[in-house]
Amino acid sequence: MEASKVIHAIYTDDDVLMSAVKKVKAERFHIEEIYTPFPVHGLDKAMGLAPTRIAITAFIYGLIGLTVATVMMNFIMIEDWPQNIGGKPSFSYIENMPAFVPIMFELTVFFSAHLMVLTFYLRSRMWPFKNAENPDPRTTDDHFLMEIAVDGNEKELEELLAGTGAVEINLVDKAH
Amino acid sequence: MLLGAIGVGYGFFTSHLSFEEVETLLAEEAHHGGGHGEDVAHAAPAHDAHAKENAHGDTAHAKSGEHHVDAHKEHVEHVQHQIANRPWSALYVAAFFFMMIALGVLAFYAIQIAAQAGWSPVLFRVMEGITAYLLPGALIVLAIAVASGTIGHYNIFMWMNPEVTNPESHHYDKLIDGKSGWLNIGWFAVRGLVFIAGWSLYRHFARKFSIAQDTAEDNSNFKKSFRISAAFLVFFIYSESIMSWDWIMSVDPHWFSTLFGWYVFASMFVSGITVIALVTIYLKSKNYLEFVNENHLHDVAKFMFAISIFWTYLWFSQFMLIWYSNIPEEVTYFVTRFQDYQLPFLGMVVMNFVFPLLLLMNAEYKRIPWFVVMAGLVILFGHYVDIFNMIMPATVGDRWFIGIPEIASVLLFAGLFIFVVFTALTKAPLLVKGYPFRKESEDFHY
Repeated sequence: MEASKVIHAIYTDDDVLMSAVKKVKAERFHIEEIYTPFPVHGLDKAMGLAPTRIAITAFIYGLIGLTVATVMMNFIMIEDWPQNIGGKPSFSYIENMPAFVPIMFELTVFFSAHLMVLTFYLRSRMWPFKNAENPDPRTTDDHFLMEIAVDGNEKELEELLAGTGAVEINLVDKAH
Repeated sequence: MLLGAIGVGYGFFTSHLSFEEVETLLAEEAHHGGGHGEDVAHAAPAHDAHAKENAHGDTAHAKSGEHHVDAHKEHVEHVQHQIANRPWSALYVAAFFFMMIALGVLAFYAIQIAAQAGWSPVLFRVMEGITAYLLPGALIVLAIAVASGTIGHYNIFMWMNPEVTNPESHHYDKLIDGKSGWLNIGWFAVRGLVFIAGWSLYRHFARKFSIAQDTAEDNSNFKKSFRISAAFLVFFIYSESIMSWDWIMSVDPHWFSTLFGWYVFASMFVSGITVIALVTIYLKSKNYLEFVNENHLHDVAKFMFAISIFWTYLWFSQFMLIWYSNIPEEVTYFVTRFQDYQLPFLGMVVMNFVFPLLLLMNAEYKRIPWFVVMAGLVILFGHYVDIFNMIMPATVGDRWFIGIPEIASVLLFAGLFIFVVFTALTKAPLLVKGYPFRKESEDFHY
């Protein structure tokens, strides 16, 4: 099995990178990945990445948290042992609800925030002791790296990338 | 100019319509005045009213349980007073509601300038137009308040009755007498005038500097505007707080709450921001604001969303603290609202919290004009009900209804508001030309 090859084009400026991405997209090459040291505003739009759905998951997690809080306090305070604590009405959930609202709110936020963060870690494959997937350490400092898969069209692609202001173009064997 | 014509025409149309309705309002009042014969028949709830009189601290009636006839007479007088209060309160609620929109917008405007916001300068002229209603609106509110204690029969503020501070009188109220150093008509009117003068002066100079900046060579007007905005915000938060005690909280002179000023502020702030959004969308739909795009709308809608939640937070904090400790002297406030105003009291929480929460949470929805308009109308109606809930239980009690007096008053002030605002919008170009952040604001992109 022949190892697939990729081209690493390295840039030193995010504006140059942005225009390079637009040019490469216009020539209908597929960009595998882009490594940047910091968020480049508008890069996801230029690459045509689908918008994130993490806010939707957070909303659903919040609803779960609200349900957990309600069911928990309804069982403990109303159904299981409805004591009279300082004259608070424990006949039904709604009668004593104002006292439960702080907990309902906090659990909603707690579930929403923590589960969303865990979702983010899982989806972006981040955990302790994970091997870093960095093709070039300089991209954590001040370089930007665009990775494009090649399929026998190295010459054409290298010419195109050289025209976009890349400071370095490397053909790399990517062992799978 | 065309916009002015539309605005003026619309304003005259609505206020004309409502003037007629205010006439029927007065006829309604007369009808009620003559209709007390029917109320005499209601002997049964006498004890009810009697209990309420006690709650009002009217200890003179405490021993009158055996005097059924006396209690009955008391009840009829009580109801008569409540019915007479209704058109006054309806007018007052509507006047205050529209005044507070203008005041909320003024506070928002000052914050935008003091914070040197980069997104909002394209909306400054809209805000300046809306705040033009502040001076007439606030004077009307103060005039109604003072008139209710001088021309009227203490229809809104019972502390305005000189009898309650007269120890000789049957109506003597020791608690109100103890507060009379603050709550007396002269000092009340002076405070109100000082506040209105402060707000209007800021509004006048901010507008003046804003227009002068259009043709200025340097940024001196902008700097002046920045300074007076910072000073105004300090003045505003004090005066707004005191205004809320005077103009709203003192309808229940036996009750007090420390976060009331903030609560009223949140209500006026979110209503003001909503009106900015509505006026902007309206002008944009008429192609007068080609430099405003959906990113600006998105930001305004975010403020509507966030301040709606802030309002709910304050509403709940005030309610829950009082509900939890259940101290009789302060809990009566919520007892009357829960017993007699259940639908408006809980309905406004739905309109002011649940609706905006669910409608405006999605980032895409905040960019759709008709969506923001729908949410905005619900928020505005919700905050009208909020003011209604603050005033009405103290003045008309369980005799409330959203009928002709209330709707006509809202239409009257809505017409006046629209007339004043859209007239003011014709007085200056709708884009601040020389403002240092204008370019940034025009290119604003979220």
